[in-house]
Amino acid sequence: MEILRFIVTRAALGVLTLLAVSILLYLGTQLLPGDVASALLGQSATPEALAVLRAKLGLNTPAYLRYLHWLWGVVHGNLGSSLTTGTPIAGVLLPRLANTLFLAGYAAIIAVPLAVGLGILAAIREGGILDRLSSTLSLATISFPEFFVSYILIVVFASQLGWLPSLATVYGGMGFWNRIDATTLPAMTLTLVVVAHMLRMTRTSTLAVMSSPYVETAFLKGLSRTRVVLNHALPNALGPIIAVVALNLAYLVVGVVVVEVVFVYPGVGQLMVDAVSKRDLPTVQACGLVFAVAFIGLNTLADILAALANPRLRGSRGR
Amino acid sequence: MSNANPPLDRRQFLSASALMGAAAGLASIPLIGEARADVPPKSGGHLRLGMSGGSTTDSLNPTTYLSWVPANIGYQLMNGLVEIDEHNQATPELLMNWESKPGAADWTFDVRKDITFSNGKTLDADDIIYSINLHRGKSSSPAAPTLTPITDIKKLSPNKIQIIMNSGNADLPFLLSDYHILVVPNGFTDWKNPIGTGCFVLEHYEAGVRCITKRTRPYWKPNCGYVDSVETLTINDVSARTAALLSGQVDAINRLDARTVDLLKKRPKVHVIQSAAGQHGLFVMNCTDAPFTDNNVRLALKYAIDREQLLKTVLRGYGRLGNDQPIPSTNPYYDASLPQHSYDPDKAKFYLKKAGQSNLKVELNVNDVAFTGATDAAQLFQQTAQGAGINLTIKQQPADGYWSNVWMKVPFCASYWGGRPTADQMLTIAYKSDAPWNDTFWKNAQFDKLLIEARVELDQTKRKAMYGQMQAMISNTGGALIPMFIDYLEAGSNRVHGMKPNPLFDFMGERIGEKVWLS
Repeated sequence: MEILRFIVTRAALGVLTLLAVSILLYLGTQLLPGDVASALLGQSATPEALAVLRAKLGLNTPAYLRYLHWLWGVVHGNLGSSLTTGTPIAGVLLPRLANTLFLAGYAAIIAVPLAVGLGILAAIREGGILDRLSSTLSLATISFPEFFVSYILIVVFASQLGWLPSLATVYGGMGFWNRIDATTLPAMTLTLVVVAHMLRMTRTSTLAVMSSPYVETAFLKGLSRTRVVLNHALPNALGPIIAVVALNLAYLVVGVVVVEVVFVYPGVGQLMVDAVSKRDLPTVQACGLVFAVAFIGLNTLADILAALANPRLRGSRGR
Repeated sequence: MSNANPPLDRRQFLSASALMGAAAGLASIPLIGEARADVPPKSGGHLRLGMSGGSTTDSLNPTTYLSWVPANIGYQLMNGLVEIDEHNQATPELLMNWESKPGAADWTFDVRKDITFSNGKTLDADDIIYSINLHRGKSSSPAAPTLTPITDIKKLSPNKIQIIMNSGNADLPFLLSDYHILVVPNGFTDWKNPIGTGCFVLEHYEAGVRCITKRTRPYWKPNCGYVDSVETLTINDVSARTAALLSGQVDAINRLDARTVDLLKKRPKVHVIQSAAGQHGLFVMNCTDAPFTDNNVRLALKYAIDREQLLKTVLRGYGRLGNDQPIPSTNPYYDASLPQHSYDPDKAKFYLKKAGQSNLKVELNVNDVAFTGATDAAQLFQQTAQGAGINLTIKQQPADGYWSNVWMKVPFCASYWGGRPTADQMLTIAYKSDAPWNDTFWKNAQFDKLLIEARVELDQTKRKAMYGQMQAMISNTGGALIPMFIDYLEAGSNRVHGMKPNPLFDFMGERIGEKVWLS
């Protein structure tokens, strides 16, 4: 029952956060200079054309009314229509969301086992060659900006060796293996970017537990270092590891717009950037909502998993 | 391509015939391209274009085109009314045999016969009138301002229309070549799947990502329509575009980075096309805002910029010198006799003294959205201006909202103009006193009068002299500091043949799909 209450509280908090995020997004886009009409017409905006377009798009209604109207739609499962193209947002957003999740999933399948595995190995062989090498390399890759890593990979694997395509354009009806082929370079880039954080967190939190008295007892019992790390230290270090993995998974969903641009990958990030530059508020809101759901959802999941792994975190500390 | 278009009809209108005369002179102006071994045209193959200028907010409705990807796809599916060819001449597309009564305000056009839409309907005058009217009246189409002088369009017969204008304009066929004016069947509104008379039909379209078009029937335009299908990929990042060409994922790309073109040219299997064009970068001075109210200050700044250096460094030589007037050397009315403004600190100081501004301080607002390299250009300008005793500070503005909050709002900023097909259009749009985009706020009654007179002047010698006079007026007293014209740069793999420069837009006036062939 306790865990259930914990989950319910967490979910309710998540929904509240979503509401706050949507209001902030709305306010933020209102602060941007210009509106959808002037952004759409760009340099070629004449006062007449602006007036015609504003009336057509219903921009003359007050902002808070448009927000409430939007919120009402969303609660009823309707994300609304794009101001720029007039088509329903869901039709554009959902395939792109699938693309984003595909790429995030592909990168996560490589990155998470790699990072956690290397982190544990580094903890077992603390100060060994593997430990030092993995620390140095992962720090190096995290220090380079994403676009730089992307270009290096493109130069090596696409331009020079010709093994992989530099364009990650995917589309409906594309076969699974073609999709894998197209997205390998961006997935590699993302892997290189996120591995360091998870690896170091795994290593550090495992080592932190290693200094506690019960681990010493385990050693004194005569257990091997590998066994102590895996069976005794790791379970207690899982909380922070799960949290940092969740944070990085969320990043793979919401923070990859640079990689999307470089590899021309049709994900949600690119859609949101285009929508912001055109002041297409309903689309910005929808994208923001999707990102917020991903972020909040993954973090809530991490909290719940951590609580399951460690009973002390279940919020009954008073007893 | 000399016989790509039907021979000009005997009855063809004066402006076209007059321009042929002008074109004889134009032939001496080279449109620069790379010489390659000729491969005779052949049918078949899948053409893949990697283009900048697309967005997820694009639509295929021609009244919304603001960038090159939708315009290019538009021309794959539909045809325009008039085509501007590689020599900057108006040639017939769906309209032909144009004629005008004296005064150039009352025109008739023949509608091309025996053309069918992809849905089987035969093209007639009603379709043409409907398609033009999409851009008239209360339309938010970017082409609407161009068409405001048109007061009425009448159907004379199923294959003849009459266009009446409130004032004469000898360049009407050029105005009708606007890339927004594409022809669809009368009453058509399903913009998700445009029906046109073009070479291809739409197979798949995802805005800002990818478009596939297929050729399903013989194309009506002679010596055109070779490839079976076209795939248009939006690749806005110039490095990604170049990498895609080099790794063989696309066959041709537009908008090369001038800074890396020389490296690209060294690669095998790639050829670069360079087109002299009307697009130019400029620094806009508001003539109604101090200190730019004084023409001496404007002249001082014009002499305080080193155009040769800008051309050499910012454009890596891929452009032409500007002379503070917007008519490019590719235009038949370009006046080459106008003395070229060049970097001359002494002259600049002389004009400053005359203006009583020995300690001139000005703030220049820039962002690279104005034109690629605008910030670099401003920094070079700052250095040379210092040499002329002008303290120029640079204010970096955000790209977002540049056109709505900076351009035409601040007294001095960077901007650009894309090429316009005619001298009249360029001058009317940005230099006429009452033009909504008169961004220099330069007002000159004599200029306005001359502009309207030149519009209906049928004597070519006189017309050329008038445009020459107007260029001199802008260059000597205007508020536009135009240091350079920017060439279009694009590249194709050696699979692609028939790519040629175009004086108006890149990718052969966005009609590359119907014109090239593959080996």
